Amino acid sequence: MEGSHLLTLVVTLPLVGAMLLAFVPKEQETAHRAIGATFAVLTFLLSIPLLTGFDATVAGFQPDYRVSAEWIAAMGASWELGIDGISLWIILLTTFLTPIILIGSHSSITKRVREFTIAMLVLETGMLGALVATDLLLFYLFWEMMLIPMYLLIGIWGGKERRRATIKFVIYTIVGSLLMLVGIIFLYIKTGETGAPSFSYAAILEITLTDTEQIWLFAAFALAFCIKVPLFPFHTWLPDAHTQAPTAGSVVLAGVLLKMGTYGLLRFALPLFPHAMGEFSPVILVLSVIGIVYGALVAYAQGDVKKLVAYSSVSHLGFVMLGIVALNGRAVEGAILQMVNHGISTGALFLLVGIVYERRHTRKISDFGGIGASMPVFTTLFIIVTMSSIGLPGTNGFAGEFMILSGSFFDALPLSPEAADGTLVSSSWAMLMLVMSIIATTGVVLGAIYMLSMVRRVFFGPIVHEANKSLKDMSLRETLVLAPLIAFIFIIGLFPAAFTVPMEASVAKLVLDTRPAVELARDAERYNLKPQVANETHALGEIRVAKGAK
Amino acid sequence: MQTGNAVESADFFTHAELLPWIVLLPLLGAAINGLFGKRMSKGAVTFFGVGSVVAAFVLSCIEVSRLAELESGALASTLWTWFSSFELHIDIAFSLDQLSAVLLLVVTGVGSLIHIFSIGYMRSDEGYWKYFSYLNLFMFSMLLLILGKNLLVLFVGWEGVGLCSYLLIGFWFKDMPKAEAGQKAFVTNRVGDLAFLIGAFILLFYSQGTLDFHELKQTAASMHTDQPVELTIVCLLFLVGACGKSAQIPLYVWLPDAMAGPTPVSALIHAATMVTAGVYLMVRTNFMFSASETAMTVVAIVGAATALMAATIALVQNDIKKVLAYSTVSQIGFMVAAVGVGGYVAAVFHLMTHAFFKACLFLGAGSVIHALHHEQDIRKMGALKKKLKVTRWSFLISCLAIAGIPLFSGFFSKDEILFTAFTTSHWGADPKMYVFGMLLLAAFCTAFYMFRLYFLTFEGEYRGDKHTWDHAHEETVMNIPLMVLGFLAAAGGLLGLPHFTHAHFLHGWLQPVLGFVKGKAPDGTPLEFIQVGGENAFTYVHDTNTELMLMGLSVLVAAIGILLAWRLYKRPASELPKAPVDAWWHRLLSNKYYVDEFYDATIVRPLRGTANLLHKVVDVGLIDGLLVKGPAKTLGKIGDGLRMFQNGDVQAYATVVVVGMAAALFFIV
Repeated sequence: MEGSHLLTLVVTLPLVGAMLLAFVPKEQETAHRAIGATFAVLTFLLSIPLLTGFDATVAGFQPDYRVSAEWIAAMGASWELGIDGISLWIILLTTFLTPIILIGSHSSITKRVREFTIAMLVLETGMLGALVATDLLLFYLFWEMMLIPMYLLIGIWGGKERRRATIKFVIYTIVGSLLMLVGIIFLYIKTGETGAPSFSYAAILEITLTDTEQIWLFAAFALAFCIKVPLFPFHTWLPDAHTQAPTAGSVVLAGVLLKMGTYGLLRFALPLFPHAMGEFSPVILVLSVIGIVYGALVAYAQGDVKKLVAYSSVSHLGFVMLGIVALNGRAVEGAILQMVNHGISTGALFLLVGIVYERRHTRKISDFGGIGASMPVFTTLFIIVTMSSIGLPGTNGFAGEFMILSGSFFDALPLSPEAADGTLVSSSWAMLMLVMSIIATTGVVLGAIYMLSMVRRVFFGPIVHEANKSLKDMSLRETLVLAPLIAFIFIIGLFPAAFTVPMEASVAKLVLDTRPAVELARDAERYNLKPQVANETHALGEIRVAKGAK
Repeated sequence: MQTGNAVESADFFTHAELLPWIVLLPLLGAAINGLFGKRMSKGAVTFFGVGSVVAAFVLSCIEVSRLAELESGALASTLWTWFSSFELHIDIAFSLDQLSAVLLLVVTGVGSLIHIFSIGYMRSDEGYWKYFSYLNLFMFSMLLLILGKNLLVLFVGWEGVGLCSYLLIGFWFKDMPKAEAGQKAFVTNRVGDLAFLIGAFILLFYSQGTLDFHELKQTAASMHTDQPVELTIVCLLFLVGACGKSAQIPLYVWLPDAMAGPTPVSALIHAATMVTAGVYLMVRTNFMFSASETAMTVVAIVGAATALMAATIALVQNDIKKVLAYSTVSQIGFMVAAVGVGGYVAAVFHLMTHAFFKACLFLGAGSVIHALHHEQDIRKMGALKKKLKVTRWSFLISCLAIAGIPLFSGFFSKDEILFTAFTTSHWGADPKMYVFGMLLLAAFCTAFYMFRLYFLTFEGEYRGDKHTWDHAHEETVMNIPLMVLGFLAAAGGLLGLPHFTHAHFLHGWLQPVLGFVKGKAPDGTPLEFIQVGGENAFTYVHDTNTELMLMGLSVLVAAIGILLAWRLYKRPASELPKAPVDAWWHRLLSNKYYVDEFYDATIVRPLRGTANLLHKVVDVGLIDGLLVKGPAKTLGKIGDGLRMFQNGDVQAYATVVVVGMAAALFFIV
């Protein structure tokens, strides 16, 4: 197939499936499920060439897969799509998770199957579109397109308090995205100052913004993204949305939707407004680390398994944010890898929680206890996923956390670099980064505490509730749905290099383009100390300072 | 520089294709039993479970003999690139040098024996297949830890053994306290791992993105001159990591609770192998520790204090496994203290002999518990020498070994630790006499509590119920490992005869790893040095008279301890001394210095409280209540007011939109 059409096809195929479903009579649920699964699987198969044909030496968007077509010419908006090392794995994660979710919802979604399948497929198009759009208006369109199906997923197939959860979800998200729209329009007008006004990412990258403009625009974009992540303290919509959403909604929310926030920061907020990123870095750094610790502690206080997993997301996404603000090659690669990891591990956790919910219709930890005896296979899988979630080496969770944390320590050191005249320069950023990296690393202990306490109370001990004695273990379908996720826990854990190497060129470009401005704003002491070359290589994590001086 | 390292590494290492199989065989065993064990016969489970470990032992012997034939360097095998990101480069790779060879043989050898013992011990357990699957998984992790060519592969094993320990302590998970003990072990270990990781992150910055042990030597040398403070910090962080795994102060609290697991597990994991991983880590990174005097002083104090403290707690325990557990904590304290005074060889030597006699003691305890239908209270035992003959003899030999009676293995290794503490100076400082003093006192306690245990269990009168006594018996499959371990506990010390004999095999064997340099004092006394960056870090004095004098002293101390225990506890039931349970010191000891209570009050409960507080006050109250719902309500009110503008008149809307946009443009342009 001609490469240039592939992205369009991948993005629109789920939407075509959704439209097709609208014509299938309401009663034929089996057909709905079959069509939904077929289109989701087809989309996944079509996305595989994106990986096999991926040229890891190209920095930035892959020329072979670039799509550029007229859309709303009068407004300077076009159908512009691209894929690079930053978006590659998240795109594949999306096409990989959607069929799993659709097949996995076989027994949990029994009403309005057609509408459910349509919502999921539309959502997939929205997610994929947002990940590949390189036109800001198009990006915004897809961004908002994700909102509606998600709203329906929670509102129609959700739990008892779904109304409250949807309202919170919508208000939070809309507040963020409206501000972003204002920012996009401002940028659009700005491009008009030098040529034809355009929403194109490349055109917008070209414009020069004053520091004040950067700060306001960054605030508008970053708020939208930080709410999605969610960064502390914008996270309170997440536990409600997760607990009320059906399993499918939770998986897609944790698996992909949250990554839209971190992806948006990397794709838009950071490269467009690097100076502002530098100014805001201390705040984002502190909030991410608060999120890591706070999310873990509050997870520990939960009596509802699903809420616990939701808060663990806050903690895990804090690590991703930490990797982004550390902004050296290793940390950013770790952050991207951790986005994928979180999608797999937390997605699997939500699927597992859904499986036991279908049997007991409760998620309260105190309603369980001792089910390790009645559901041994389920227990084994749950413990494997738990180990991935708490970052046991050999699993994917460790690979991501290791790269992020070692990258953030790399950014903090040396604490007091030596100037050419031999004096030691102290850098307040380095100090802050060191303290925050140490606190972030305690997440390793806290994660073990809340996850293992939950595992112990759910699976171990004597069975106290009669209903737990005769629980059915995993069915073949359930095992097959989870098997690919479990496999990837180990594949990424054992071969992380296979995943980071394709990112390397794009991440290097991103870091080299943005880091000087960011560093000048957040850490002028060290920036002024080093010759530019040293700055660049340090940014990637390639050399050490002070050694040559000695 | 990095390429230079790589070239040198290539020369140093000889490829060994069997090495990965030593690690993989137990993993295969674990996988087969874990996936299909439930449907397999017990014989098949045993075949894969025990066979994989015995096969690993055989392969280990082959590879170690290859290593012995090498003129220089070590064996290595690289499987694939694990991490690769800009400067960072870490392989999945194994290496076998003289240090890992010692541990490899101990772990696979003792491991095989304990697997064989388990056949009898776990025969009637419904989770027989699961047990062997976990045990094999543990062997896999432990072998990764020992054979890891870099710090990160070691760390995979390091955390892997923690996971297996968690699974095996909580093996009988239907019992909540057992599951809790498993969790406590995991979490406490993780505290140590946190420090380990931070140390690795700092090291990674200064090492140009490598964690390969062979290349880290150069990093340590350059840090020693350029970043001495950072190097000390890294060493101290690794010490904390070691304290978690090796149950040292302040992280030892999990090990006594870990006795909830099946007894062969206690023998394998919590005595012979896993808990000595911290000691291994420090000896493995000796080139870093040797450089830092501060770090080494802390290591020595932590080890000596743990040795003494745990030994005093063991004096008053009444559970046969708890006595052995505290004894293990104490004996590892000896090893850590040995590292702290520069006695790397002594530490490895004691690690080895301890693996023999402590595994033997634990398996002996297992044999007793098995015979007495899970009775563990030594106050309800006695006179078992009549029923359990093999157990009794092997137990007695091991007690003599741990107490330090001449010619038994523990005598040689413990004396070498004491001798090193007494004579070795670090960076010119005086030998650490206080370490020597604390260890000598701990040695006295050891002799006493071990023979208290022996006399109460095997001598005197039986104090349990008659039915149990009648059924008490030994099993052959359990006796064979006991006999082999008893022999090793007796004879293992021959590998490290005192220095004046000039026949210390282990010292010469470890020379390539530690790099001793010989010298002479002005008065002709033979000296040895360990150097860092060309300077003498450690100075060892091999003075024959001092060595003999110290031997005499420690034999005396051990003899007094044994005799005291004999007088007090080798008596008929009615004449046994009553424990002074109301005395303040007895309460202090039997409550283990209230350390668990202290942690509960200062860490566990505050953590729980903070968690609840944050959830209720910050999340639900502050953010949701005030910041989210507050504005929402206000907005709702405003919306009510604004509703009057929403009258459905499209023309009016359009007017507002146009006027608004014009105004906006006006401000922007």
